[in-house]
Amino acid sequence: MGFETMKAILALEDGTIFHGRAFTGHGETVGEMVFNTSMSGYQEILTDPSYCGQMVTMTYPLIGSYGVNEEDVESDRIQVRALFVKEYQEYPSNYRSERSLADYLKANGIPGVEGIDTRALTRHIRVQGAMKAALSTGDLDPDALVEKARHAPDMAGRDLVKEVTCDEPVLWQNGRPVRVEGGLDHFQWSEKSGRFRVVAIDYGVKYNILRSLEERGCTVLVLPAGTKSESINRLDPDGLFLSNGPGDPAAVPYAVEAIQGQIGRRPIFGICLGHQLLGLALGGKSFKLKFGHRGGNQPVKDLKTGKVEITSQNHGFCVDMESLKDPDIELSHINLNDRTLEGLVHRKLPIFSVQYHPEASPGPHDASYLFDRFIGLMRRD
Amino acid sequence: MPKRTDINKILIIGSGPIVIGQACEFDYSGTQACKALMEEGYEIVLVNSNPATIMTDPETAHRTYIEPITPEIVTKIVERERPHAILPTLGGQTGLNTAIGVAETGILEDLNVEMIGASIPVIHKAEDREQFRDAMTRIGLRVPESGIVRDMDQAKTVAEQIGYPVIIRASFTLGGFGSGVAYNREEMERIAKTGLDASMISEIIMEESLLGWKEYELEVMRDFSDNVVIICSIENFDPMGVHTGDSITVAPAQTLSDREYQLMRDAAIAIMREIGVETGGSNVQFAIHPDTGEMVVIEMNPRVSRSSALASKATGFPIAKIAAKLAVGYTLDEIPNDITRETLASFEPTIDYCVVKIPRWTFEKFAGAEDLLTTSMKSVGESMAIGRTFKEALQKAVRSLEIGRFGLGADAPSSLRHHSDLHQIEKGLIQPNSNRLFHVHEAFEQGFPLKKIHDLSGIDPWFLFHIYQLQIMERQLRDIAKGGLVPDELDKDFLKRIKEYGFSDIQLAKIFDSSEQRIREIRKSKGVEPVYKSVDTCAAEFEAYTPYYYSTYEQENEIHASGRKKVVILGGGPNRIGQGIEFDYCCVQASMALKEMGVESIMVNSNPETVSTDYDTSDRLYFEPLTREDVLNIVEQEKPEGVIVQFGGQTPLNIAVPLRDAGVTILGTSPDSIDRAEDRERFQRLLKKLDILQPENGIATDKDDALRVADRIGYPVVVRPSFVLGGRAMEIVYDRKDLEFYMKAAVRVSPGKPILIDSFLEAATEIDVDAISDGIDTVVAGIMEHIEEAGIHSGDSACVLPPISLSPEILEQIKEQTKAIARELNVIGLMNIQYAVKGGVVYILEVNPRGSRTVPFVSKATGVSVAKLATRVIMGERVKDLGIATDITPAHISVKESVFPFSRFPGVDPILGPEMKSTGEVMGIDQSFGLAFAKSQLGAGQRLPLSGRVFISVKDDDKMTMLYTASRFHSLGFEVLATKGTSRFLAHHRIPNRVVNKVREGRPHVVDMIKNGEIDLIVNTTSNKKTVAESFSIRSAALAFNIPYTTTLAGATATALAVESMIEGELSVKTIQEYHRN
Repeated sequence: MGFETMKAILALEDGTIFHGRAFTGHGETVGEMVFNTSMSGYQEILTDPSYCGQMVTMTYPLIGSYGVNEEDVESDRIQVRALFVKEYQEYPSNYRSERSLADYLKANGIPGVEGIDTRALTRHIRVQGAMKAALSTGDLDPDALVEKARHAPDMAGRDLVKEVTCDEPVLWQNGRPVRVEGGLDHFQWSEKSGRFRVVAIDYGVKYNILRSLEERGCTVLVLPAGTKSESINRLDPDGLFLSNGPGDPAAVPYAVEAIQGQIGRRPIFGICLGHQLLGLALGGKSFKLKFGHRGGNQPVKDLKTGKVEITSQNHGFCVDMESLKDPDIELSHINLNDRTLEGLVHRKLPIFSVQYHPEASPGPHDASYLFDRFIGLMRRD
Repeated sequence: MPKRTDINKILIIGSGPIVIGQACEFDYSGTQACKALMEEGYEIVLVNSNPATIMTDPETAHRTYIEPITPEIVTKIVERERPHAILPTLGGQTGLNTAIGVAETGILEDLNVEMIGASIPVIHKAEDREQFRDAMTRIGLRVPESGIVRDMDQAKTVAEQIGYPVIIRASFTLGGFGSGVAYNREEMERIAKTGLDASMISEIIMEESLLGWKEYELEVMRDFSDNVVIICSIENFDPMGVHTGDSITVAPAQTLSDREYQLMRDAAIAIMREIGVETGGSNVQFAIHPDTGEMVVIEMNPRVSRSSALASKATGFPIAKIAAKLAVGYTLDEIPNDITRETLASFEPTIDYCVVKIPRWTFEKFAGAEDLLTTSMKSVGESMAIGRTFKEALQKAVRSLEIGRFGLGADAPSSLRHHSDLHQIEKGLIQPNSNRLFHVHEAFEQGFPLKKIHDLSGIDPWFLFHIYQLQIMERQLRDIAKGGLVPDELDKDFLKRIKEYGFSDIQLAKIFDSSEQRIREIRKSKGVEPVYKSVDTCAAEFEAYTPYYYSTYEQENEIHASGRKKVVILGGGPNRIGQGIEFDYCCVQASMALKEMGVESIMVNSNPETVSTDYDTSDRLYFEPLTREDVLNIVEQEKPEGVIVQFGGQTPLNIAVPLRDAGVTILGTSPDSIDRAEDRERFQRLLKKLDILQPENGIATDKDDALRVADRIGYPVVVRPSFVLGGRAMEIVYDRKDLEFYMKAAVRVSPGKPILIDSFLEAATEIDVDAISDGIDTVVAGIMEHIEEAGIHSGDSACVLPPISLSPEILEQIKEQTKAIARELNVIGLMNIQYAVKGGVVYILEVNPRGSRTVPFVSKATGVSVAKLATRVIMGERVKDLGIATDITPAHISVKESVFPFSRFPGVDPILGPEMKSTGEVMGIDQSFGLAFAKSQLGAGQRLPLSGRVFISVKDDDKMTMLYTASRFHSLGFEVLATKGTSRFLAHHRIPNRVVNKVREGRPHVVDMIKNGEIDLIVNTTSNKKTVAESFSIRSAALAFNIPYTTTLAGATATALAVESMIEGELSVKTIQEYHRN
């Protein structure tokens, strides 16, 4: 006698197996297995393009409690490959909830699995490092699934940006993306629009970055990751924003090249992958963290003020501090947990970037002052 | 910023006795703070009147004052100690209020003493309604609309401004009398009028109704560099309208999306900054409208609190310890996180489990109190449980409550089932009460739709759905059982699923009509066993070094039992009347002793308020229910040398025999010896053998039996059910009619259990003895003489150590009997005996072969760590090798006084009797009995008058003895007021007095005089139910107007002595380290 449930198996490339139950119907997928320690914000996490190619387990065991709504999205679709939780909450309760998490995942064709010992999974990843994994509700042969995990593409060296960047220029208006009619060739900054003209390179940008810029009076033109430096020059924006995005910065040399062309031309602000790409453009190197930083409680110290901000983070790669030899590059922020680089600033040029997410969503708002700093640089310039 | 070096000596103010709303969480916080600051090299001066605390152990601070926590006394300590700083934020509201009182004297400026943690303006800003409202408005936050009203015209205007419904609360009434919710103008006028009449100062507060809004709390910390972090979010199961201390609460918040949570976080941080809390922890409460998300700020406490203790236990982040370090100048990024070692305190804990706290109420102790929950807190304790799901944590918390439940549903026999009467269920959902959780379960069982339950109770559907799931599972299991399936046939995965839902083996046994043991065997044979996970502040992102565990049913077990010699200590579970902090004190002492002996100590407890559940206290902490199933699981995991059950009070004793039968070694006194002391007949044989006297007694299981026994031994008799703690349902019965009445009720309280009937030794002196024994040698650690005569529960009586009225012969006899019993019972460890002495004869009342409520008091009075020594004996040391004197009689006098929660329960008679009602205790130490007793009264909140009027009304038997007391008051310059009978008697004996009307004798009467402030002290003894009823209004008026009163003549005599001592000279202060040195 027992429950009628749809069994699911998660196989890691090292042969470790976890058993669970699908709460979204059948599905099979592969990806890199990572964990996120935020206790809230699953909808933002699901839709964050930086998770492209990854399967996410939430360390908080009860997920789905407040449902899903139209507002709390960070892109136009679910980006994670699969979601693993301890116990799916099938009865959401929140005044903004419009539908259940299960419905949302199903509508996007993304498997959701519950009944996983997510703490064991997290501990495993912490000790062994982030690794490739395969999930199946149909193929319940563990050995075969481990093979599938092993054959999944690696994160390192893989250009995932091209999978999430926009195909064509987009203008961010009134909280939503609007296609630029006729493409860049006919684009004109509107005289009426905001005081600052910002080009945001989309490596997988989160909507809340664009919302944060717009709120501060910026007109934001979002351009594909492959945009060349000359194209930016033609637009002559007041500032250049380098967005977050998935995967290995070293796998996106074309972006680094474009950034190098922009250094010294205008204020630049980078976040996450944008920060890493800027680091590479400034002569630095990146490396893969053992299991990354993903959560909303990462303490970052501003080395100039000595103040600590609690930050939202989501990255698996990091810029090597030692590799930044240019004496004009100042390390501005460090992570207090593992002392890795969290921010840099150019001593002479109006350029700065952070590894973490001042736009939050999900996570604390402690670092939102960085957007004001960017505005300040554009104002001065 | 590193720590400050410009200050060295710091005064910490404790919270005093355990009262409702201020319990042992402040011992936990205070002890942490003392330890942390001592580690940093500061000299710590501590004041706390509560001897039952670890905080007042002589090792916890450099200089410890067990003195009343009043501004006057603390000012004296400041004058004597000249500290550089006062840290007032660790002693609850008492600590803050006392610090303000001290500051107002101006002495802090005169002596250049700094307040650290929170300044006076900050405290005022947070606590003054107007100032707080203005502050919130400045930062764009809203507080509930409210206004203070003194007449009906004002009431109409204010009600119009606020809108309906409006909450009306009468100021200065007991327990919310004269309050209510008005939904329209007519109701408002009626309630406002009642409220204005009920209020002693004719004042009501009218407030915007937030009934049904969702309630949240955030625990916030800030340092000197303005770094602010949120330690924990808490969501209340009960919506607004129930005091948060009376609400079931859950961590973290469940039904807030990240966007909403971050707005609340931003608000909390803004509030910290606006109020100006420079360093330390604060608690901010919010209400959220369930349909619109509108947020209002309810209040903020600029200090550690009950919630911060809960948050510390829920996350593993030691708020009080960090708050103390921040107060001396450290910043969060300079303090390491003990648990992960490699990371710092400047982060926000994230948890990967669900925490549920359920309050523990004791309405049954207060006849006449209505089981209703309001904005005035009534619970006396709480249990907390950790699980990987809400359902698991909820069921674990329920079975931790010690209320005879083993989860939610399936466990109770049908007689305990609540109501199948739908109207009763609805009522139980609408009006918050101590059983509402069970009403919700019952409502699902009766087929109420979720929405209806939500509409009636206001409880968020998220919580309700989980209870619904539990009910569905229970129903499914019942169907399976009905279908003839035996538990052996349960599918392994399904069984695991059931356990993931938090069901206990006992619940399953009830459903399948099997036994707990059988279910356990089946479960184990299928490999369905718990695993243990650690509480690590970081959801496993970093390695945890602190072994703080909870059980769950999942894949991976994180426990690696060490190969060391180890011992499990079972704690006492939630505080309730009769079992409180004293037992936790003993458990913590035991743990320390084990550590000193190099034995690994493993603590099991479910009470989040305690020092024992600080992960720092023992080598390992299991935050688990104290049931057979949960304890056996831990024992199987850890394989200890044995389990110590004698320190945690009745809770662990109750499972001692089942544990032994399951093959667990019980260390110390054997369960059989415990049984010999508790089993009536075996105990009598033992006394007979030793030739020790006992009051005449008998045993009865029904009414006729009882009447026969009472006739044989003669009235009055003391009656009580066997195997209860705190004198539950214990009464003195004077005649047949009362006995019949009692038996009817008793059979309801514990059906089938025998009732014990003893001859009541009227006017006998009661004695408490604590002793340590190894079965051969015994040390009498303390002999305490009760101030109140026999018949008042020993936990409620004041007592003095050493005894002041017993002859050396009697004392010798008591010692000899104690030793004889210890040897006969082969007591290994602690033992407590209660004696009564009447007419030079010693009678034994009861023997408890375990740690007692008085152990901490004895330890503080004598300077001997009784529980620690007992632990060494339990571990095999001989008493004669402990190196303590065989006779420990200090030169100073120590008085223990009890503290009562009557003001929380309007309508309850604050008279003392054989059923225990006190929640806590204070201690007064000095050179004379008068001074020590005076201090104990002051510590307990009774401000004895030095002049004025004393009102005396005593029963006939007391009149002779009363003469002495009355003449004493007279010669001290008091005017003596008396009721007719007493007055005539006094006059006859030439004691001048004035007659005052009894209430039924016409006005103005004694209660009028109390209300007019014309009486300063009340002595009122009663003989039977009639006089008790007649004088009820006197006692409640005294309580309401905070006039010192005593209901025993012995208490009156002691009071006279105390007043005399205080008139002769001012109270002085001295540390216990100084007392113990002498």
